[in-house]
Amino acid sequence: MGKLTGKSAIVTGASRGIGRAIAIALAKEGAKVAVNFAGSEDKAAETVRMIEETGGEAFAVRASVSSQEDVKQLVDETMERFGSIDILVNNAGITKDNLLMRMKEEEWDDVLSTNLKGVFLCTKAVARPMMKKRSGTIVNLASVVGVAGNAGQANYVAAKAGVIGLTKTAAKELATRGIRVNAVAPGFITTDMTDKLPEEVKEAMMSQIPLGKLGDPVNVARAVVFLASDDSAYITGQTLHVDGGMVM
Amino acid sequence: MATVLERVTKVIVDRLGVDESEVKPEASFREDLGADSLDVVELVMELEDEFDLEISDEDAEKIGTVGDAVSYIEEKTA
Repeated sequence: MGKLTGKSAIVTGASRGIGRAIAIALAKEGAKVAVNFAGSEDKAAETVRMIEETGGEAFAVRASVSSQEDVKQLVDETMERFGSIDILVNNAGITKDNLLMRMKEEEWDDVLSTNLKGVFLCTKAVARPMMKKRSGTIVNLASVVGVAGNAGQANYVAAKAGVIGLTKTAAKELATRGIRVNAVAPGFITTDMTDKLPEEVKEAMMSQIPLGKLGDPVNVARAVVFLASDDSAYITGQTLHVDGGMVM
Repeated sequence: MATVLERVTKVIVDRLGVDESEVKPEASFREDLGADSLDVVELVMELEDEFDLEISDEDAEKIGTVGDAVSYIEEKTA
């Protein structure tokens, strides 16, 4: 028996990277998983296949988390397939990096829409079935840069700092209904998103990591499983750093 | 067939754990029936299920008393 046997989960942005690792890790613990994606249908199908190969249950569902209508469909479809939603992992995120002085309004809006508004919309939508059930766990993907700041990422950092504040507020509002809300703040994790960074930026970041190496998506996924499961039954409103000690 | 008032009263008694005699039309959920704001949100959710209708956030904000809920539902289900 896994830690999450009998539970069902939605993971947003689960077609690749950290989201995929989270979806697989939740499934390994026995959870049924709705693998959400916005664009990469093939990759999402691949995530589903990887889960099914290990005997898990999953299905892929397209939804843009910044659209209230899409999010409603995502939640409705998951309720239809699984009958309940016990776990929400708000992972979907994009970057449109630029120096503050060069950042276009559109770059700001796009990142805030997906990375912050998306968390709000998904949280609001799942809170309803979770409140009725008097239980549920929500795990939001923040980032260490949301705590420490990062040159060239004003939009991303503002969104991630916002996610931390939203996590605390949702935790306070929903605690009496048995719903816990926490965040995980990854540091420098090897994914497509970080592969795009210039070499000198990567080297500069490495020098700031006490554990001296990049993180793996699995490291983040393990922390998410912990916060999604009863192992963390007395923890809510917290941000758990998974960053090799980068920000303390 | 139970009336709208009877069905609303039952939902309120179950959710807020108040005595049936306290559930009067003029009773305010928050002032008189001890509901906090989240209780009111949940009440509205349960009324939606009980009467199989969708209450928009804008409409839900206007429902403050037992009477508000009953007349809203009567109007929508008429």
